[in-house]
Amino acid sequence: MVGDNLIETHALTKRYGEHRAVDRLDLTVRRGEIYGFLGPNGAGKTTTLRILLGLVRATSGTVRVLDAEPGDPKALPNIGVLIESAAFYPYLSGRDNLRTFARYCKVPDARVEEVLEIVSLTDRGGDKFAKYSLGMKQRLGLAAALLKDPELLILDEPTNGLDPAGITDMRRLIRKLGRDGHTVVLSSHLLGEVQQICDRVGMIARGKLVREGTVDELRGTATLEVVAEPLAQAREIVAQLIGADNVMDADNALRLNAKPTDAVRINRELVLAGIAVSTLHWIERSLEEIFFEVTDEPQAELTTTKGGV
Amino acid sequence: MLASLNAELFKLRKRTALWLIVAVWVVLSLLFGYVFPYLSYRGIAAGPGAAGGESAARAISSALPGGLASTAIAGFPLFAGALAMILGVLTVGSEYGWQTVKVMFTQGPRRGAVLAGKVGAVLVIMLGVVILTFILDGAASLLVASMADKAVSWPAFGDILRGVGGGWLIVSMWALGGMFLGFLLRGTAIAVGLGLVWALAVENLLRAFASTISVINWLQKFFPGTNAGSLAAALGVPAMGADGGTPGITAAVSGTQAAIVLACYLVVFVGISAILLNRRDVA
Repeated sequence: MVGDNLIETHALTKRYGEHRAVDRLDLTVRRGEIYGFLGPNGAGKTTTLRILLGLVRATSGTVRVLDAEPGDPKALPNIGVLIESAAFYPYLSGRDNLRTFARYCKVPDARVEEVLEIVSLTDRGGDKFAKYSLGMKQRLGLAAALLKDPELLILDEPTNGLDPAGITDMRRLIRKLGRDGHTVVLSSHLLGEVQQICDRVGMIARGKLVREGTVDELRGTATLEVVAEPLAQAREIVAQLIGADNVMDADNALRLNAKPTDAVRINRELVLAGIAVSTLHWIERSLEEIFFEVTDEPQAELTTTKGGV
Repeated sequence: MLASLNAELFKLRKRTALWLIVAVWVVLSLLFGYVFPYLSYRGIAAGPGAAGGESAARAISSALPGGLASTAIAGFPLFAGALAMILGVLTVGSEYGWQTVKVMFTQGPRRGAVLAGKVGAVLVIMLGVVILTFILDGAASLLVASMADKAVSWPAFGDILRGVGGGWLIVSMWALGGMFLGFLLRGTAIAVGLGLVWALAVENLLRAFASTISVINWLQKFFPGTNAGSLAAALGVPAMGADGGTPGITAAVSGTQAAIVLACYLVVFVGISAILLNRRDVA
């Protein structure tokens, strides 16, 4: 399996009594991609990740991670993890916390300094973890995940609690890790975050995978919105140019399934016909629209924070 | 397993709580083993039992170098055992409280290796504290002998080794019992509370009924505290009720049986901990 897919689940299910936290989940994560695992709070994201790491046992279904069972010591040295909030020993400094975990995975202390440098905590590495800000704690969590220089990184809500600058830094870091050849699974309830960072996205709701694909695949083809006067005459002209089937009405505007090269031609023909064109722009569906389209989740549960990356 | 042991020792030696427990342990050992007996001997004590004479002579004899092998472990079944139990709980329960257990389990070692590392670290620390207790108590006994103008006569080396070994077994049993409670209850507060209530109250209360209720008399021979006290008694610590008897020390079972039962407790505590650790989800 480990040729293309680093993670594969089939019909993965986790039940707590009658409640299905994860419900027949089929998931694939390919080598070298940043995979966004998107869903509202309580959708089953963290439970799924815990199963992938062997922390929680599945009720049924199959899971392979790096061609091994979840939690297999053969695979774990190649997996870096940040699950939910960063968990460390409060009485130890950031540096000593990393040294402790480095001992568990037989990583030399020199690597601790490297990862502190990567997350920009070298100067504060000697401070006690208990005195760290939330942002510093999350960065230390990422440093711990990087200790083993793992092939696969599983990051669960890594921007939780970070201020806007911290969110920007974290996203930049995650994208850099992706460029450096790491495979990253990024669990998030932030649609903007996933849309900006990830190559492929799996959407989960009530424990079920409701959609999976690249961001572009999920968003589909962009549509061209035209606001013109008179609209009926504009519709006739556009229908002649790209076909009536590709023209839709929408709130005093036209929505066109057109090729990128059609935009200039449509604009020119409308203007030559004496039609006043006030708006002509491409509309791309956001992941947010797609998510609400495929689920019945109330919008309040997902956040559309864009952030500035 | 060695990687886990290395990690455990690294983080434990930087933990203030460990050094606080060790400090309380050795201070109590010195107070009850040497300071109070010396004060009794010098007639400074003024309680109703501070009669001086024969009891003062007995008190000072236990505080001299010749009594080191038994005096150093006199507190192990009771206060040192309780402290060891707290330490055992802390090594495990805190991992759940801080949620570091999930980080440990995703670093690479098998869960069994993590457990082995924790058990190994606790056993190493217990041995270290027992040896430290013997060294400090030995120094205190020399000081007492010097101040009381008594001859210095050390116990046989074999007796000291038996004392160290027996003491290590007693406090290790309590410490691993604490670890077991930490795993069972996945926390610190309730585990410490229940452990101390059992060790310091319940067992002693049950023992009070042992002379009148035969079932309890039979059962108490398998209690951890009874066997810890019996092993200490077999190593020369006066049993409670006898002249100069020590709380927590009993002669309810033989030293051999006590050692076997304590060893069984070690195995059972580690075994159940392993089962709990391997079968439970880390939520």
